[in-house]
Amino acid sequence: MSEEKYIPKNKLAKWFDSRLPLLTLSHHLQSYPTPKNLNYWWTFGGILTFCLITQIVTGLVLAMHYVAHVDHAFQSIEHIMRDVNYGWLIRYVHANGASMFFLAVYIHIFRALFYGSYKAPREVIWIIGLLIYILMMATAFMGYVLPWGQMSFWGATVITNLFSAIPFIGDSITTWLWGGYAVDNPTLNRFYSLHYLLPFLIFGLVILHIWALHIPGNNNPIGIDVKKNSNETMPFHPYMVMKDIFALLLFITVFLWFVFFAPNVLGHPDNYIEANPLVTPAHIVPEWYLLPFYAILRAIPSKLGGVIFMFAAIFILMLLPWLDTSKVRSAIFRPIYKRLFWLLLFVVILLGYLGAKPPEGIYLILSRLATAYYFIHFLVLLPLLGRYEKTDPLPQSISDPVLDKPGILDKFKKAAARYEGDNVDSFK
Amino acid sequence: MNNKNKTKRRDFLFTATYTIGAVGVAAAVWPLIDQMNPDSSVKALSTTEVDISSLDPGKSITVLWRGKPIFIKRRTTKEIEEAKNVDLKDLKDPEKDSDRAKNPEWLVMVGVCTHLGCVPLGGTGDYKGWFCPCHGSHYDSSGRIRKGPAPKNLEIPKYEFVSSNIIKIG
Repeated sequence: MSEEKYIPKNKLAKWFDSRLPLLTLSHHLQSYPTPKNLNYWWTFGGILTFCLITQIVTGLVLAMHYVAHVDHAFQSIEHIMRDVNYGWLIRYVHANGASMFFLAVYIHIFRALFYGSYKAPREVIWIIGLLIYILMMATAFMGYVLPWGQMSFWGATVITNLFSAIPFIGDSITTWLWGGYAVDNPTLNRFYSLHYLLPFLIFGLVILHIWALHIPGNNNPIGIDVKKNSNETMPFHPYMVMKDIFALLLFITVFLWFVFFAPNVLGHPDNYIEANPLVTPAHIVPEWYLLPFYAILRAIPSKLGGVIFMFAAIFILMLLPWLDTSKVRSAIFRPIYKRLFWLLLFVVILLGYLGAKPPEGIYLILSRLATAYYFIHFLVLLPLLGRYEKTDPLPQSISDPVLDKPGILDKFKKAAARYEGDNVDSFK
Repeated sequence: MNNKNKTKRRDFLFTATYTIGAVGVAAAVWPLIDQMNPDSSVKALSTTEVDISSLDPGKSITVLWRGKPIFIKRRTTKEIEEAKNVDLKDLKDPEKDSDRAKNPEWLVMVGVCTHLGCVPLGGTGDYKGWFCPCHGSHYDSSGRIRKGPAPKNLEIPKYEFVSSNIIKIG
């Protein structure tokens, strides 16, 4: 870091800090220089940290009342909903919290895509972020199995059966995952164990994610390098902290609207029917945040092919820093990439819509087209753009786009004059 | 001993140590992995006997064996004819009906779609056999895959007729 070295003032603090530099760490976190032009899309990192902590705290409490056994799991959820003090609230916060977590992570990911935050020197931040995302999906999937409703059971059956597509060893792997010959009590038990473990692995990765972020510092909407400790940056505390808290409060408002007014709108009613291994629901759908990948799985008319393409759709993102060869980070200065970004966002949402529809007729055709476009975007268009796109000229400083607007300086002077009288010559 | 030989001896010792270490770690990890495989109590439930005396032609029952549904269908002569007259070239996973049903009247299958494990619905689909609602696989009256993403025919479990009315599965 380029900040000045921190030396604690009082003697005891000095003694402690030289043995375990927690005070230095705390000072670094407060004075960490952030670009002054960060917009509200940059507040989702803080929001995601809040989501993770909310899930861990509510999950910890739910674990005190939940019973991981096929004969009791479904009843224990109803027990939480009806008997446990505030159990309904805690469970609804946990269930909707998962959806809110994914909502925030998708905004966070698409922000990185728009502003080129995955590019050098931030590739490692991006890859750690994707690992967190993959662990989030695994955790959410296993959590959804725990209530042992029809969707829990059949979702678990379909997803674990994905592994049976692996040639030769597939069947042994699924038997091993199940601990039997079908999804059953051993499966529920181990999913519970892993569902408890993974959030803490995510927490560890979040620390690495932030550590890797603090080496180069934040990207910013303009996407050019910021001169640290210049008038282009501001200390994280209190400036970004206040902005993050304000955004967080708005986010919590949306979150609580779901919790109190529509707690089941994001779930599936079939999950209030206890799991029955003899009857598959007429229409199996995963939770909304997994639908785009589900659409890709079903778009490919072969079992192994579908599984390969589904996993490839996630892992292709790992290669993004090298597939996108353009040196310009922010889409603001990339006229063609900007359009492709919105097209990609549309295609991903379309895939999500198609994932919820039956795989037949026009839906199947559309999901094949959308799947093809998804891969073409990353494998063909991005490498070509880096070579052929004519980008707009980049400003010299992150201040320029603001200060270059005609008449802007007069505006500032007028505003400043209101506070400081006529003595505004020192202002710039 | 010159220096060169000494280095070689060291290399050997290092490699040998790493190897033994790796074997030791693998041996220690194996129980932690294998504990997830089916345990003795799960394996112990490996056979089920089913009384089929009440089944009329054209009807089927579903029983649970090792946590999986088993379809037992008493086929009508028409259904048997249809299953036998299919040209093997039309099949994705070619198998003769006579290899699937020892006694052509009785079809015993694991009722788990070979795509992603849903339970197919009986008496529906384009081939008048079974249809899987999850991802749209169609099976014929012999439980063979005809259309859709499933790669294989519905599995035939190990079973035998203990008497004319009782089937032992497993």
